[in-house]
Amino acid sequence: MFRTELQIAKTILRSGQRLLPLLALWFGAAGSYAQSSNDASFLSTLGELRDASYADKAAIAERLSQSGHPSVRAVLTAFLEERLYYRNSDQKIFIAKTAEGDPLNLIDPLTLKSAGSASIDSLTQIGTNNALRSALRATVARYSLSSQDASVRSDAVREMEKSLDDPTVALLRQRSEIETNSGVKKEIATALALAGLDSSDAKTRLDAIATLKQSVSQDVRNRLELLTGKSPDGSFSESDENVRRAAAGAVAKIDRWRNFYSGIETLFFGLSLGSVLVLIAIGLAITFGVMGVINMAHGEMMMLGAYATYTVQLAMPAHIGISILVAIPAAFVVAGLVGVLMERTIIQHLYGRPLETLLATFGVSLILQQAVRSIYSANNRSVVTPDWMSGSLRLNDALEITYNRLYIVIFTLIVFFLILLVFKRTRIGLDIRAVSQNRAMAKAMGIHTKWVDAMTFGLGSGIAGVAGVALSQLTNVGPNLGQSYIIDSFMVVVFGGVGNLWGSLIGGMTMGTVNELLEPFAGAVLAKIFVLVALILFIQVRPRGLFPPKGRAAEDK
Amino acid sequence: MKEDSAGRQTENGESPDPGQWKRTTLVARGREGGLDRGASWFLAALAVVAVVVPILNQLVPASSPFHLSVYAITLIGKYLCYGMLALAVDLIWGYCGILSLGHAAFFSLGGYAMGMYLMRQIGPRGVYGDPILPDFMVFLNYKSLPWFWHGFNHFAFAVLMMIFVPGLLALVFGWFAFRSRVTGVYLSIITQALTYALMLAFFRNDMGFGGNNGFTDFKDILGFDLHSDSTHAVLLVITAAALAGSYLACRAIVESRAGRVVLAIRDAESRTRFLGYPVETYKLWLFVFSAVLAGIAGALYVPQIGIINPSEFSPINSIEAVIWVAVGGRGTLYGAIIGAVLVNYAKTYLTGAFPEVWLYVLGALFVLVTLFLPRGIIGLMPARGKTKGEIESEKEVEAEEDREQSLKE
Repeated sequence: MFRTELQIAKTILRSGQRLLPLLALWFGAAGSYAQSSNDASFLSTLGELRDASYADKAAIAERLSQSGHPSVRAVLTAFLEERLYYRNSDQKIFIAKTAEGDPLNLIDPLTLKSAGSASIDSLTQIGTNNALRSALRATVARYSLSSQDASVRSDAVREMEKSLDDPTVALLRQRSEIETNSGVKKEIATALALAGLDSSDAKTRLDAIATLKQSVSQDVRNRLELLTGKSPDGSFSESDENVRRAAAGAVAKIDRWRNFYSGIETLFFGLSLGSVLVLIAIGLAITFGVMGVINMAHGEMMMLGAYATYTVQLAMPAHIGISILVAIPAAFVVAGLVGVLMERTIIQHLYGRPLETLLATFGVSLILQQAVRSIYSANNRSVVTPDWMSGSLRLNDALEITYNRLYIVIFTLIVFFLILLVFKRTRIGLDIRAVSQNRAMAKAMGIHTKWVDAMTFGLGSGIAGVAGVALSQLTNVGPNLGQSYIIDSFMVVVFGGVGNLWGSLIGGMTMGTVNELLEPFAGAVLAKIFVLVALILFIQVRPRGLFPPKGRAAEDK
Repeated sequence: MKEDSAGRQTENGESPDPGQWKRTTLVARGREGGLDRGASWFLAALAVVAVVVPILNQLVPASSPFHLSVYAITLIGKYLCYGMLALAVDLIWGYCGILSLGHAAFFSLGGYAMGMYLMRQIGPRGVYGDPILPDFMVFLNYKSLPWFWHGFNHFAFAVLMMIFVPGLLALVFGWFAFRSRVTGVYLSIITQALTYALMLAFFRNDMGFGGNNGFTDFKDILGFDLHSDSTHAVLLVITAAALAGSYLACRAIVESRAGRVVLAIRDAESRTRFLGYPVETYKLWLFVFSAVLAGIAGALYVPQIGIINPSEFSPINSIEAVIWVAVGGRGTLYGAIIGAVLVNYAKTYLTGAFPEVWLYVLGALFVLVTLFLPRGIIGLMPARGKTKGEIESEKEVEAEEDREQSLKE
C-alpha cells in the first residue's frame, strides 16, 4: 500500500520508449538511453541471456524492454513462450516461429525476417521458470502499454488485470492520465476499479463498484459476485452491507447486459446461418422459382463450388489469402457450366413435367457425388481459412463476432443485390423475366427462349457454386456437402414464396435465426425438426409462401 | 393450371382431349374379364417363388448345386418387401399423381413397430440380461420402460401398431397437406422434409428408439428362432402371400368406381372437383392406404434383415423407391414390383462386384428412364390383345400430346 518516490520513478521509467527521452532527462539517466536503439547493444544485451541466472534474465529482459529497439516485443513474447534459442555452433540467438516442430523455422531477432531452419538438436533453448515468466509477463505488459497501437494497449491492460500488484496499479494509474484512446481509458478504469475493490476504505470500494457496473466482462462479474457471497465460516466475505448491496446490484446489471449481448450474438449466428441458406436459396429461387424446374442436383452444384475452392487452394498454396477470391469466379464458372450442360442435355426435354425433372436431376446429383468421390476420394477435405478471415472482431467483453461469419453475411448481401441488379437492370434479366412470365409471347417477340433457359439455369447453378465457396469456410468439404443443406434450402424457397428473391432473403434469414434461437433450448436436432414442422404448418396458412406470385402469371405456376 | 404428374393434361383447354379417353380405357381394360395377362403372369411367378424357393432351401441338400442358401432367401425376401413398398408408391404416384418422397418414413415406422416387438421378445437374453429393458436402454441408463413401449410384448398389439402408426401419420399429414391443396413438387418436397425430420428425430438417443444403432440382435418371433433357415423360409412365404394380397387389394381399389375417380383426379384435379367429387377425401384415403401398405412392408422387412436403424428414413431411400416404380412402369402395379426386384438385384450385384459403379448406374437409371422410358419396362412390351391399329393410334395420340406440350412451352 505504501510506496516510495523512488519506486514510482522506476515504474514510470519502465513505462515505455515514448516517454523515455523526457523521463530520462528528468532522472538524469540519459546516458543509458542514447545508444540503446543501436542494434549492436541490443544484440549484446540479448546475448547475455545465454548464461544468465533466472534472476538476471529478468533484469536483462527489463533492460531489453527499455532499449527502444523495434523488435523488443517480438523477442520478449518469444522468450515468454519459450521460443528463444541460441545456435550451438555460433552462439547466435534466434526466435523460433513455432514452439513445436523439428526442424524449427528460425527468425532473426533484429530484422524479424526468416533465417532458415535448424534441427532442434543444434539449438539450445533459453529456459524460463515460473517466477521469471510472471516477471516477463509484467515486462511485456508494461512495454505493450506504451505501444502506439491502441488494441495492443488494451490487450496489455486486460493482461495486467489478471495480476494486479502495486507497481502494476501505479503504472496503470500513470497511463490513465495520459491515455487518449477512450476504449483503453475505460479498460484501465476497470482494472483500477478492480484493484480498488481490495481497498480497506468502504467508500473507495463503493466507487469501484460504481465503475465496474459499466463493464460486461465475465471476470469482473465473478469478482463482484465474490463480494456478495459468504466465506466458508459463515460470515460475509464483505463486511459492509452497502457495498454488498451495491455489488449485488452491479452483478444483476452486468448479467442483464451480458444476456442482451449473448442475444445479439445468437441473432448474428442466426443471420450467418441464414445467409448460407439465402445463398443456396437464391440459386434455387432462380431455377425453381423462375423456371419452374426443380433441381435436386442444386446441392451438388454447391458441392462443386466447394471442391473448386479446394482445388484452387491446392493450385496456389503460397497465396491462400487471395485463393478464396480466385475461387469465387472459378466456382461460379464450374458450377454454371455443369448447369448449362445439364439444362441442354436433360432438363430441356422435361419442361412442363416437374416430377420427371425432379427424378432426372436427382439422378444427376448421384452421378456428380460419385464423380467427386472418384476424383477426390470419399474423405472430407478441409479448406484452409485465409488469415484475413480467421479471428474475430471484439466489440466488447461480452460480444465477439467471428470474421468468417461476418464476411459470409456481407458476401451474401453483395451477391443478393448483384443478382437483383442483373434481374432488374440487364438485358438477360429482362429476358429471363419475360420468358418466365409468358413463354409463348416472349418467343413471339423474338427472344431466343432456349438460350435464355440455358443461361437462367447456368446462372442459378453458378450462384449455388458461389454458395459452395462460402460453405467451404464453415464446414469440411465432402461429397455429401450438398445433401445436408438442400432440404433446408428448398424449405426456404417454399417459405419465402416461389420465384421471389426478396422472399428467399427474408425466408432464409428467418429460418436461420429461428433455428439458432431454438437451439439453446431444444438442441440442434430438435430445433431443426421444429422448424420443419412449423413450416409444414405455415404452408397451411399460406400455401404459396410469404410473398406469393401475383397477377396472371401466378395462375400457371 | 397445369396439374398432373405427367404434365400432359392442362385445364385451360375446353374440348376433352381424345388421348384422355384412350388412356383411361386402357387402364380400365381387364375390368370385365378378371385379371389381365400381365397380372396373372405376375401372380403365377410370385406363387412359384413362394413354393420353389423354400423347397430348394429346405429339402435340397446343401451339397447340391440347386440348394439355396439362407442368404439368398433373405435377399429374395428383401426384394419382395421392397416390391411391396414400390406397390404402395405406384398406387399413389401412378394412379393419383402424388409423388411422395416420404414413403420410406412409413416403411421405417412399420419396421420400427416390428422391431419394438422383437426387442421385447429378447427379454433377459440380452447382453445386460435385464428382463424388461432392451440392451440399449440399460446402456443409456433408463430406469423404466418409456410409456410407448408398453404393449409391444404382445404380437397382436405390435401388428396393430404397424398398421396404425404409419396410417395415422399419413392421415394427419395428408389431411393438412391436401386440405390446403399442396400439390405437385411442393408436396414432394414436404414429404421429403417429413422423412428427413423423422430421420433426425430417430437419430436422437433420448427418443427411446436406440439412437443411431436402432434395433438389432433379435432372437425370435412368436417363439420361432430367427436364426434358423426354416423361420426365414416361412417368412418368405408370408411375405410373398402378403405381396400377392396387397397387389390384389390395390387392383381392386384401382378398378373400383373410387379408382376411376382417383384416375380422374390424376388427370384433371380441378375438373374432378368441379364435378362435385370430394377430391381431398379420395386423395387422403388412398394416401393412408398406401402408407399402411408401406408400413406392412417395413414390418415384414425387419425380421428378415435383422436390423432397423434411422438411416432407413433417409430421403434417398424414398427416392430410390420412386425410381423402382419408374423403371418398372408407373400405373401398372405389377410393373412397380418387377422394377423393385430388378433394380435391387442390380444393386446387390453391383455394390458387391463394382462398389464405385453403383451410384453411377443408379444416377443414370434416373436420367435415362425419365428421358427415354416414361412407361418403364412394362411399356416396352406391346400389350397382348391389342391390335396393331390400336397401338398405332395410341402412338399418334402421344405424338399429338407431345406437339401440344411443345406448343405450350
